[in-house]
Amino acid sequence: MAKQKLVSMVEIQKSFGKVEVLKGVNFDVNYNEIVGLVGDNGAGKSTLIKILTGVHSPDGGEIYFKGKRITIHSVDKSRELGIETVYQEQALSEQQTLWRNIFMGREITTNFGFLRIKDQRNETERILRDQMGFTSKAITTDSVVKNLSGGEKQGIAIGRALFFNADLIVLDEPTMGLSLAETKKALDFVRNIKQQGKSAIFISHNIYYVYPVADRFVILDRGHVAGKFLKKDISQDELVDKMVTLARTGKIS
Amino acid sequence: MGKIRGAATARAKELRLELSILGVFVGIYLLFLIGSPSTFTRFDIYYAFMSTIPFSAIMALAATFVIVSGEIDLSFPSIMGFSGWVFAKLSNVMIDRGMNPELVIVLATLACFATGIVGGTMNGTLVVKTRIPSLVATIGTMFFWRGLVNVCGQGYGETLVPINQTVLFKLFIGRISGLIPAQAIWMLVLTAIFWLLLKRHRFGSHVLIVGDNVESARMMGIRVNKVKMTVFMIMGFFASFSGILASLEVNYLWPSLGEGYLLRTLAAVFVGGTSVFGGMGTIFGTFIGSIIIGSLEGGIVAIGLTGFWTQLIYGLIIVVSLSIYSYFRRRE
Repeated sequence: MAKQKLVSMVEIQKSFGKVEVLKGVNFDVNYNEIVGLVGDNGAGKSTLIKILTGVHSPDGGEIYFKGKRITIHSVDKSRELGIETVYQEQALSEQQTLWRNIFMGREITTNFGFLRIKDQRNETERILRDQMGFTSKAITTDSVVKNLSGGEKQGIAIGRALFFNADLIVLDEPTMGLSLAETKKALDFVRNIKQQGKSAIFISHNIYYVYPVADRFVILDRGHVAGKFLKKDISQDELVDKMVTLARTGKIS
Repeated sequence: MGKIRGAATARAKELRLELSILGVFVGIYLLFLIGSPSTFTRFDIYYAFMSTIPFSAIMALAATFVIVSGEIDLSFPSIMGFSGWVFAKLSNVMIDRGMNPELVIVLATLACFATGIVGGTMNGTLVVKTRIPSLVATIGTMFFWRGLVNVCGQGYGETLVPINQTVLFKLFIGRISGLIPAQAIWMLVLTAIFWLLLKRHRFGSHVLIVGDNVESARMMGIRVNKVKMTVFMIMGFFASFSGILASLEVNYLWPSLGEGYLLRTLAAVFVGGTSVFGGMGTIFGTFIGSIIIGSLEGGIVAIGLTGFWTQLIYGLIIVVSLSIYSYFRRRE
């Protein structure tokens, strides 16, 4: 290993019943890097990520985190290590305030479990303004999630992950179902992750959304890695061409 | 304009909801005052309300947590009945053995609480482990506990007179300087505690989040099953507490104890403005809702209508107040 990686997944295998979903996948994330994990539906993106976040356990292969070999058997364990997932459905509570959402499951409390609401509000305010760059006066710590737009919700979910000192944030289709304007907002929030010196895995089947924010691309196809590219070596159009060829012929030209 | 409305904070929203509940309450009491000034300007009717409303109000507070968590409990009146029976039967068995009434009531109370918690745990287990929807599971336990009272009690009641000179008796339902029933104080204190628990405590936060979206709660590491189990246990516990209060108040355990409480208690929660869909609830609303539902019958009779009117007016109040809240919610 020339340089230590944040995460290395080596020869990962996973089957569900008779279906071999991952056939020995090698996948790395460097420090302060955004990796675009792209591929069609059924390529194995979700399974690979769920192994990393402790939802599934692999049938074979090794995982290294900050150079140390680890086994991740639960979501809590991955979170302890510093891996946070921002799910497609964001894991937010629609009817609750932002300050309850940011701290859900990890409330700031006194010894008797009473909430330190003032602290939670102040921290939420700081995350909104300083960390995530929310400018709209219409959004306050007391806003209810239901009233936010799709892109803003992603911002809250990402802000929450950053606040809890995640070194690696896994974004599962963060632009799914968003309008163009909202997608732009969500992508800005993703750029924030890199600005804060952290790493991210951006899962998507849409190159057009991943290309602008990612540093590197890993293309997954039917259970193995079909190609790895640095952004500086490949243009968006070339990448799209490769994906199209891959879908048609099963090979990257 | 749309943006500004969209920014309506949770606090402003809740305040508006609670004000509309207060509006319904004030409206009803104005009607009572105009309809029967002689009754409603005297202390007596309030004394009567203070002695009877707490029994269902205390259960309504606990039921609010169950409903906020996205579940429902239909079995609490039966749990109230059976744990009340345990309380009375055990008291009499111990009194017959010549034990000191002061000790008897303490032991009987502990046994009663334990029974209530077992009832709640059973509901929680059926919902969390066996994964039966709470609506169905608690129909089952509703019949089960009621049936147990019938089988164990054989339709007989139990006197509670032997323990009505004890300290604990006075603590539960005594009269403070002869004017204020202790159960009214219990209702006030418990309202404050439940409010703190829901709005200011980690547990309440988890109940809100679980009721809002179970999947989100799970993904963020909240122990959903533990939260649901706890709300059912709290419900069972306070059903048993109400069972003690209601039987001591009349110095007698009726084998039918609890019957008639189900719909009134739940109506109090919903009239109070708590959402049937979970994730949102107001303890203040439940408090006021309980007073509204609890004073309707007396008020209706006092203004000169016959008892035949009560159900009609219950129905009207419930439909009208729920329509008001629904209107506000849609405008959000």
